[in-house]
Amino acid sequence: MTALLLRELRLAAASGDAILPLIFFLLVATLFPFAVGPDAPLLARTGGGALWMAALLAALLPVDRLIEPDRASGTLDQLTVRGISEESVATAKLAGHWLSFGPPLMLAALPAAALMKLPSDLLLRLELGLLAGTPGLAALTLIVAALTAGLRSTGALAGLLLLPLAVPLLIFGAAMTARDGGMGAAKLLAAASLLLVAIAPFAAGAAIRATRD
Amino acid sequence: MSGALLTFDKAGCVRGGRTLFAQLDLRLEAGGALLVTGPNGAGKSSLIRLAAGLLRPAAGRVERSAAAALADESPALDPRAPLGRALGFWAGLDGSDARAGLAAFGLERLREVPVRMLSTGQRKRAVLARVAASGAPLWLLDEPANGLDEAGLDCLAAAVSAHRAGGGAVLAASHQPLPLGGAQRLALA
Repeated sequence: MTALLLRELRLAAASGDAILPLIFFLLVATLFPFAVGPDAPLLARTGGGALWMAALLAALLPVDRLIEPDRASGTLDQLTVRGISEESVATAKLAGHWLSFGPPLMLAALPAAALMKLPSDLLLRLELGLLAGTPGLAALTLIVAALTAGLRSTGALAGLLLLPLAVPLLIFGAAMTARDGGMGAAKLLAAASLLLVAIAPFAAGAAIRATRD
Repeated sequence: MSGALLTFDKAGCVRGGRTLFAQLDLRLEAGGALLVTGPNGAGKSSLIRLAAGLLRPAAGRVERSAAAALADESPALDPRAPLGRALGFWAGLDGSDARAGLAAFGLERLREVPVRMLSTGQRKRAVLARVAASGAPLWLLDEPANGLDEAGLDCLAAAVSAHRAGGGAVLAASHQPLPLGGAQRLALA
C-alpha cells in the first residue's frame, strides 16, 4: 500500500501535472477581478464562490492521468494478479491524488484570496472549507476517471459526469465563505465530502474491474 | 486432487457474445508445463487471463492454489523510469530481488536505460524477467516468444526449465513453437 502511494506521488511529480491545477487555480483568481471590476466589497462577496469553482475545475484537470495510463499499460492487471484488490489500488490513488493537489491548492488559496480581497476571517473559512472539501473533489475525480478509463475523448464526458455530482460540494463550500455562512454549511460540506471519500474506493474498484470485460 | 497449482473444471469462456471454448478441463501440477496453441482469436489470451483471475469463467470453475506471475503483451513498466527501477517497483511488491530476473535474461547492462528506449525484444525480456524474479510458483506466459531473438529464446528456455525443476509450473500460450521440453499441449480450435 505504501509502495503504491509512493508510486502515485512520484508519477504526479514526474508528469508535472501537479503544478497544472495550481496554475489554473491562480489564473482564475487573477482573471476574475478583471472580469467583475475592482470593486472590493463585490469581490469579497463573490470571491469565495469563484475560488470554489476554480478549485472544482482544477481537481478535474488530471482526470485522464489517474487511471487510464495504468489500465493501458497493464499495471492494474499486474497488481490484481498479485492479489492486490482494486479497492486498495483505488484507495492508494485517492490518497495520492489528494496529496498532490489538496494541500498545494490550500497554499495557492492564500495569494488567490488576496487577489479577491477576501477579509481574513473569510480566508480562514475558505481554507477550512478546502481542507474538508478537496478530499471529496479528489474522490469524485477518481470515480469519474475509473468510469471513463478505456473510452476515447474522455475530457468532455468526464466533465459532464463530474460536475452535477460536485454541486453539493460547491454549494456548501461556497456557503461557508458567505458573510453569514456558518457551522451548518461546514458540517454539510464535510458530510458530502466524507460520503464521496467513503464511496470512491468501491465505485472506482468496480469500474476498474468492469473495464476488463 | 492435491498438488494441482491450477485447475480448470468444465470452464467456459464467452467474449463479446462469442463462445471461445466450453467444457474445458485442465490440470497443472508442480513441475508441469502446458502449452496452449491455436490460431489467432482462438481464446489463448482469454484462457491465460482466466487463469490469472482477470476474467471470470462464463461457466464451470477456475481454481488456483498458488500465487501467479503474468507476462502478457502489456509491459506495465513506467516508461520514464530506468529499467532497474521500473522492475524494482514490482520486485518490491513481490518481496523479491529484481537482479535475479535481470541476470536470467541478460539485461544487466540495460539497468540504467529508461524503459521507453528499449526495443520490442528487450521490453519482452524485461516482462519475462519480472516473472522470473517474482518467486511465484505458477507462471502464465502469453506469447512469450514474441519479439525475442535466438539468445532471448535460450534465456526463456533456461528460465522455464530452472523454474520447473524447482517445483514451479508454466502455462504458456503461443501460436509459434516454444522451447518447453516435455510440455503437455492443448490445442484450441
